[in-house]
Amino acid sequence: MIPVECYFALSALLFFIGVYGFVTRRNLIAMLISVELVLNAVDINFAAINRLLYPNGMEGMFMTLFVIGVAAAESAVAIAIIINVYRNFRSDSVDSITNMKG
Amino acid sequence: MANTVMFIILAVFIIGSALMCVTTTKIMRAATFMLFVLFGVAGIYFLLDYTFLGAAQISVYAGGVTMIYVFAIQLVSKRTLQGLEERVKSSKMIGGAIATVLGLAVVSLILLKTGFLVDESVADVEVPMKEIGMALVGSEKYQYVLPFEFISLFLLACIIGGLVVARKEDKA
Repeated sequence: MIPVECYFALSALLFFIGVYGFVTRRNLIAMLISVELVLNAVDINFAAINRLLYPNGMEGMFMTLFVIGVAAAESAVAIAIIINVYRNFRSDSVDSITNMKG
Repeated sequence: MANTVMFIILAVFIIGSALMCVTTTKIMRAATFMLFVLFGVAGIYFLLDYTFLGAAQISVYAGGVTMIYVFAIQLVSKRTLQGLEERVKSSKMIGGAIATVLGLAVVSLILLKTGFLVDESVADVEVPMKEIGMALVGSEKYQYVLPFEFISLFLLACIIGGLVVARKEDKA
């Protein structure tokens, strides 16, 4: 049996790799991909906690299921926004979007 | 024993793919490595005996979300695709790395200090599909028909929102 800390270590590593990508990348789609990595890390945590610490409940599993659904919807809307941004600014880098900069 | 070997293989696969995903400069490669990460996470779910969750992960994420990304990349970034774009400033990279390592250190410290009470009674069997289905559409305690219906409404709202945002504006 794999100790639960291994799952937590894996998800922590994945989470902070996603954070690193989100901070360093300047491309909108690359940033969105990093967000997906972060969401997957959280999903691993939910599933592992549910399975190994509270195997009688199913809360973590359904939480993961709903997170998958919400992430799919979120990425669809974000892609729509990015395509619109590209149409208006002819660029997909965050540095080009300065309309709301004070 | 087999579980441990599988877990190590999956962990190395996931972490390696994720690192490649955030460090490669080509967006198409980043999307492909994200697909590998998603497959690895689905493998983790199979390892935890959540077969339904792994199937949902593969069908929704690997089948749906990755396709959206590939479409968006093909529609948006011609120059980025050819690997000419996306130079990363080294100062930003160092700052990001420092923030990442600090955060990882804090989280690891918390995880190591916490003692987890592992329930050893868990059998190495799959969660029965009937149980999942009953809990998903039941309306009693610990059953999830309300969030299930709510997420369908949410998906509908996102479809409409995505269409409205991506629609071509009238020139008039």
